[in-house]
Amino acid sequence: MATDVSEKDTPTKNVNQLGLTKADYKGSATTLCQGCGHNSISSQIMTSLYELSIKPEKIVKLSGIGCSSKSPTYFLNRSHGFNSLHGRMPSIATGTALANRSIKLIGVSGDGDTASIGIGQFIHLVRRNVPMVYIIENNGVYGLTKGQFSATADKGQVLRKIGVNPFMPVDVCMEALIANCGFVARSFAGDPKQVKELLKAALSFQGTAVLDIISPCVTFNNRGESTKSYTWGKAHEYPLHDVTWVPKRDEIQVEYKPGEITEVDMYDGSTLLFKKLEQDYNPTDRMEALKMLEETCCGGVLVTGLIFINEEQPPLPETEEMVDTPLVYLTEQELRPSKDSLDQVMEAFR
Amino acid sequence: MTESDITVREKTKSKKNKEHIVNDFSMVVATVNGSGSQTSNLAIIRSLFRMGIPVSGKNLFPSNIQGLPTWFTIRVSSEGYSARRDSAEILIAMNPTTFAEDLKDLAPDGVCFYDDRFTITEERSDVVFYPMPVRDLVKDVNPAQDLRDYIANMAYVGVVAEMLGIEIDEIQGALETHFMGKQSAVDLNMRMIQAAASWADENLIKQDRYHIERSDQTHDLLLVDGNTASALGAIYGGVGFAAWYPITPASSLADALEEYLPQLRKDEESGKATYVVIQAEDELAAIGMAVGAGWAGARAMTSTSGPGISLMAEFAGLAFFAEIPIVVWDVQRMGPSTGLPTRTSQGDILFVRFLGHGDTKQVMLLPGSIVECFEFGWQAFDLAERLQTPIFVLSDLDLGMNLWISEKFAYPSQPFDRGKILTAEDLDRFREFARYRDVDGDGITYRTLPGTDHPLAAYFTRGTGHNEHAVYSEQPDDWDNNIERIWRKLETARNLLPRPVIQKTHGARIGLIGYGSTDPAIIEALDRLKMEGLSTDYLRVRAVPFAPEVEIFIREHDAVYVIEMNTDGQMHKLLQLEVPDQAGKLHSLTHNNGLPLSARWVVEAVLDRAGG
Repeated sequence: MATDVSEKDTPTKNVNQLGLTKADYKGSATTLCQGCGHNSISSQIMTSLYELSIKPEKIVKLSGIGCSSKSPTYFLNRSHGFNSLHGRMPSIATGTALANRSIKLIGVSGDGDTASIGIGQFIHLVRRNVPMVYIIENNGVYGLTKGQFSATADKGQVLRKIGVNPFMPVDVCMEALIANCGFVARSFAGDPKQVKELLKAALSFQGTAVLDIISPCVTFNNRGESTKSYTWGKAHEYPLHDVTWVPKRDEIQVEYKPGEITEVDMYDGSTLLFKKLEQDYNPTDRMEALKMLEETCCGGVLVTGLIFINEEQPPLPETEEMVDTPLVYLTEQELRPSKDSLDQVMEAFR
Repeated sequence: MTESDITVREKTKSKKNKEHIVNDFSMVVATVNGSGSQTSNLAIIRSLFRMGIPVSGKNLFPSNIQGLPTWFTIRVSSEGYSARRDSAEILIAMNPTTFAEDLKDLAPDGVCFYDDRFTITEERSDVVFYPMPVRDLVKDVNPAQDLRDYIANMAYVGVVAEMLGIEIDEIQGALETHFMGKQSAVDLNMRMIQAAASWADENLIKQDRYHIERSDQTHDLLLVDGNTASALGAIYGGVGFAAWYPITPASSLADALEEYLPQLRKDEESGKATYVVIQAEDELAAIGMAVGAGWAGARAMTSTSGPGISLMAEFAGLAFFAEIPIVVWDVQRMGPSTGLPTRTSQGDILFVRFLGHGDTKQVMLLPGSIVECFEFGWQAFDLAERLQTPIFVLSDLDLGMNLWISEKFAYPSQPFDRGKILTAEDLDRFREFARYRDVDGDGITYRTLPGTDHPLAAYFTRGTGHNEHAVYSEQPDDWDNNIERIWRKLETARNLLPRPVIQKTHGARIGLIGYGSTDPAIIEALDRLKMEGLSTDYLRVRAVPFAPEVEIFIREHDAVYVIEMNTDGQMHKLLQLEVPDQAGKLHSLTHNNGLPLSARWVVEAVLDRAGG
């Protein structure tokens, strides 16, 4: 069996530390449109997990309903998956994360699934700090139902057949920050290198990590003037920094000038390196993050990078003071109190 | 108090020497919501219980925090009947705004204890009146200002105890239980009770015929509400995950989980919890979390009432179709809509049975007693995991929130049934896994839990059409095969669910069918019908889909009356669907005004339809 690491005495070049090949992280063939941003994100999810040497069996894939929510079928066939209800993936995630704290959750949602029907559950998931990676594949439209505006579409945007969108967009990063999220990032499906680094950072984070990835819909919303298109994104992407995730075991060997790099240590021992680009940005300052999002919301740029990181808030299983053993592995002896205890309880009903 | 003491007192107090009625009457306490009368009422009911007398209590309360009228009824029955009675013989009037109405409703030759500041406007010469100087008694005891209203309610406890013969020591014991050892609270309340009892002893002359006498009928019984029993059942069933959203009358079930879990389910070494209870943002999230936890392999539940069930419909359908074990408690209240949120009903039967769009058929358990709240509490997890489907347990406000005498709970008689779960070792052995393949022919398939360390373990759970490998499929054959297998599974369920309880009388041609909290009223009615010369058999349904005995029972009777608390005769309709060729002899008797069923109503309804 491919999972048996010990038998691999001489790891070849094309296997990771577990002895798994990239093929062990594959999913079924995608049925999304050719060129869909979501496929590129799926591919980065597979690469990140392969490179991190995380066993697929230790991952659970969750989603709601929509194009984005179909994508978990297209990666990690060896992971359990749950394609749930529209906008309700956060509640499934909460139950699953609490039932088995030894598995890692990757949730894939869309802008309709998160910012419209699921905004309530999304905010409560973040507020509780459910340990998971929550990806929003954000394209500003409803693809499966043929191109209606979503709640993240820009005000004034025009779509053929649909008309003009008269409403201000919901900024999911802003919503996450306001709900006290400790990991808020935005990226662009057309920038796979950054997507990968942010995914690795998110997978190292112990609470809810929100990744808003602008992921163009090539069929319904990819005209050049749309802020959710490839052309626009490529021309207007404005990275806050050059972010690199460095695993625990690696010594940091990057050469840099003083003041050019900021380091942030993660609770799992890994490190994030932020290389300064055009201007200073401190991702550990919540007020600065809010200010930046407010200032750039309609500013004609696509700001990407790790917007905010703070790992101080305990993840939900710790808040709930749960045992370290996952609930699903507790035995009957641990789950059913003794007969004596029942007799004692009943004494009070006399 | 010795027997001779009682005799002496009776001699000095009895004026009208009517026939004594011992341990057999109903009492209604009319108070204002939020005035703290609950403690007083519980003190009375618990002390009666401790005197060995069968007793039951029902709180008829408004949807309000403070200020609206509330009635607490206590039934004392030497014969052990616990159903609601249509009128009470004893009124304790502490609410001026309802006094006239309350007095009008009092049974003939009744007794009225009342705050002496109230004016009697109703002409009731048949009633024995006992005025109570509540204000003066409070003044004498002089409690802290913020406790005055509260302590005032203890005045009637003292007066009533003295006049009926409730033992003061037992009241003290009941208060000690209530205040869980907080002696200052017990002392303050006892001061008021004793002052009121002494006042009554010195100033009132017993003129009524109702008496309380110590008995030995509650030895080894409990006095408890259904929601507490349900929560304990869940705890002894190994609940790992519970999510809920506040709603009357289900909140006290989750409250009981939160009360008992920390005592019973902490890991000895670390002191950490072997469970988690989440107050969700709404019922959609509550059931969604339970589905996520149940899918992952924890024993997962949620508890709610009708409006919450409405919100849970979509997830209920998903869990049914994706075959995920969860337990959902529906403590029913009056609908439609917000309805009467503090009144009881059995109005969710049809809705829950078919909860979900498309051809969804949910499994329902119908507890009819406190013991069954406990038993179904743990059995529901075994059934959910065995059948891999949601198990809905339908209690109601009357059963859930009111106090009932109950047999002691039996410690679960069988080990957990975790159902068909394949481990990594199993997968090594079988070398194949198809999530929805009917290997055993009973419609129940094998599942693996997320995190199972084997390359064959994974499958993709979805609400969309799927083949036996859980892969998305729009093939008509795949759809048919899957749905037919699920129906096969529901057939298997018939023999796994709790069987009906059947009570037979020799030669009876008429059958009664009931379920849930109406049981005490029907049991009492059976006795009365017998006295009227009508022999009846009785079947109490405890689960849907129905066990085979239900059809047999219907077939072997000339006429079957289905008794329930909803307007449409919902169980009646389910039974007609079950045995369509017998539909004509199934008759529906419904009662649905928010009040629990009384035996008198059952007797009259049956006699009216069965022609006496």
